Amino acid sequence: MQYFVNVTLTGLTEGMVYSAFALALVLIWRSTRIVNFAQGSMAAATTFIALALIQAGQSYWVALVVALLSGLVLGAIVERVVIRPVEGGPELNAVIVTLGLFVAIQAAIAIVFGSAFQSFPTPFGLEGFQVGDNRIALTPNSVWVIAAVLVTMALLVVLFRFTRIGLAMRASAFGQEVARLLGVRVGRMLTLGWALAAVVGSLAGLLIAGGEFVYPAYMDSLIVFGFVAAVLGGLDSPIGAIVGGLILGLALSYVSGYVERGSALVNVAALVILMIVLLVRPGGLFASSTARRA
Amino acid sequence: MSDLQSPTTGKNGAGTATAGKASEEAPTEATAGADEPTATRRRSLLPQSTLLRHLLVLLIAAVGAVVLLEITDPFTNSQLATLTYYAIAAGGLTVLTGMNGQISLGHGALMAVGAYTTALFLSADEPLPLPLILLAAIVVATAVGALVGVAAARLHGPYLAGATLALAVGLPGLAIYFHDVLGGEQGMRVRAPRAPEVFESFISAVSGNSATNTKWLAYLGAICLLITYFLLANLIRSRIGRTWRAVRDQEVAAELAGINLGAWRVLAFVVSAAAAGLAGGVLALVVRLAAPSGFTLVLSLALLTAIVIGGLGSLLGALLGSALLVFLPPFVTDLGAGWGLDNTEAAQLAPFVYGVVLIVAMIFAPAGVVGTLRMRWLTRQAKRSAAQPSRG
Repeated sequence: MQYFVNVTLTGLTEGMVYSAFALALVLIWRSTRIVNFAQGSMAAATTFIALALIQAGQSYWVALVVALLSGLVLGAIVERVVIRPVEGGPELNAVIVTLGLFVAIQAAIAIVFGSAFQSFPTPFGLEGFQVGDNRIALTPNSVWVIAAVLVTMALLVVLFRFTRIGLAMRASAFGQEVARLLGVRVGRMLTLGWALAAVVGSLAGLLIAGGEFVYPAYMDSLIVFGFVAAVLGGLDSPIGAIVGGLILGLALSYVSGYVERGSALVNVAALVILMIVLLVRPGGLFASSTARRA
Repeated sequence: MSDLQSPTTGKNGAGTATAGKASEEAPTEATAGADEPTATRRRSLLPQSTLLRHLLVLLIAAVGAVVLLEITDPFTNSQLATLTYYAIAAGGLTVLTGMNGQISLGHGALMAVGAYTTALFLSADEPLPLPLILLAAIVVATAVGALVGVAAARLHGPYLAGATLALAVGLPGLAIYFHDVLGGEQGMRVRAPRAPEVFESFISAVSGNSATNTKWLAYLGAICLLITYFLLANLIRSRIGRTWRAVRDQEVAAELAGINLGAWRVLAFVVSAAAAGLAGGVLALVVRLAAPSGFTLVLSLALLTAIVIGGLGSLLGALLGSALLVFLPPFVTDLGAGWGLDNTEAAQLAPFVYGVVLIVAMIFAPAGVVGTLRMRWLTRQAKRSAAQPSRG
């Protein structure tokens, strides 16, 4: 029983990070109809910037803020410079451009920061809380992870629901032409959307890195998990992305916790889940439309 | 939402449409090296029948391959062996992506299937004859490809990319899970079979060079490459190729014409997976190792780079792109070392260049090298033929 609780808690914590990452993908998909496969590399880049600051003696919090800000700038630059020319073109071209970014940024990280495994610190302890006689798998760090993701989501909800900029962003995602006619600077809104998504992605990257080893390709699995979570939720729905992330986190945690040598199977399990979802409910668990043809 | 979707519905937009035009004449391009000024005169020199024309090209290419392998040193021989398996996989991928509009990031994983199958069969005490083993690699990879293809046929664009990405990241995990059979992280050593006597006498008759094992593997790769490209070129020019293009360019029209979209997409994936399986088999023989580290996501993306820069849908483009994959890394690594980067850093310059090339090619020349050149050529032809009647 205790083992089950621990596996579940681990799954929920990891699931929160997948949710955040899936949310970043969904933000971009909603505004530009592009799946940003470079999200993982971009997040890895900001994580390495944070790591460099920490190694230079700065506090975790300074590094966190700088990393998120550099994520903002990176997202905006990427949208303006390389995504804008292929927006609205054949969808294959946009996919290939984001894949190119994915490889290029990952290689650039390896050139600048080296490809060695480096440990990434956490701001809080990794020792589980004591409940009665047992130590459970909920650590101060996982509380921080969950809180950080929840606060970010709340901020996004506030932004999109209650501010003029949020309204403008929703309008330009919903109908570019109409929004443009009504005086919304659609181009700027798309840039802002990419920048915000990059911030959320960077946060996910920093959170998953905490207490683990980072290397240039450490986000490769996370981009898959984020994509699977986003597809579980239907790619269009932020709530779906969050629920999808949690479901995936739990599922993968059970696979690695209950299958012998299951940790080698986590990526395969994600693949199987994705295949089942795409075959049975291609529109995601919460989709109202059944087919995607355009 | 509908407003947003409208731009993406243009599947037959500039990029893919030009790729289609480019692919139309892919096989003839290989022979067009004979400087013929006009298209009409070029036709008269070549046989009318597509099959005969392709056989002629095959013969010329085979002679060219022998000459190339005999005049180059052993190191270049081994580089050319590498080129063959890249080119086989890229040829399969260009058929899938260029002809049928399906993207796959999972071809590295399908190559892994072929490579592990080959390694397993060769590790038997009395291994089967090599052609049978390679055939087995093709069959197993085809089976996996059919499985993925059935799922993929219902997907498009980013969904397909994501699903095949999951394949590329997930499948190598199986090799680690079944480490008793498949060797885990270390992978499986491959005992490449020795060259047959016929080969040694052939080499001594042709050039008198020593028939080393490296040379034998390069020849083996070249034979597989030629056969694959011959079959693919015929397929592209056949009814099947035309149906694939119809499915790619006009889904609705194709469906109205009685084409079962899903079945044809699966077929494209299966053909493509077969090529990837053969490529994996050749890779296992040339590298003499099948290990998860050999089939990373970067391999799949490198293949994508090869077909994008060569021109989607063009076999010649796939070959040129593969040559780039082989000869570019040593070049940029040297360059990086010259700039004072250490070895591991310089080794990362090649993937960096792949990524930049993908981005730049997609923004400025989505038709690739072959496609862009052919478009220039066709435009000039059209202008000239438009000018002639007014003069006459």
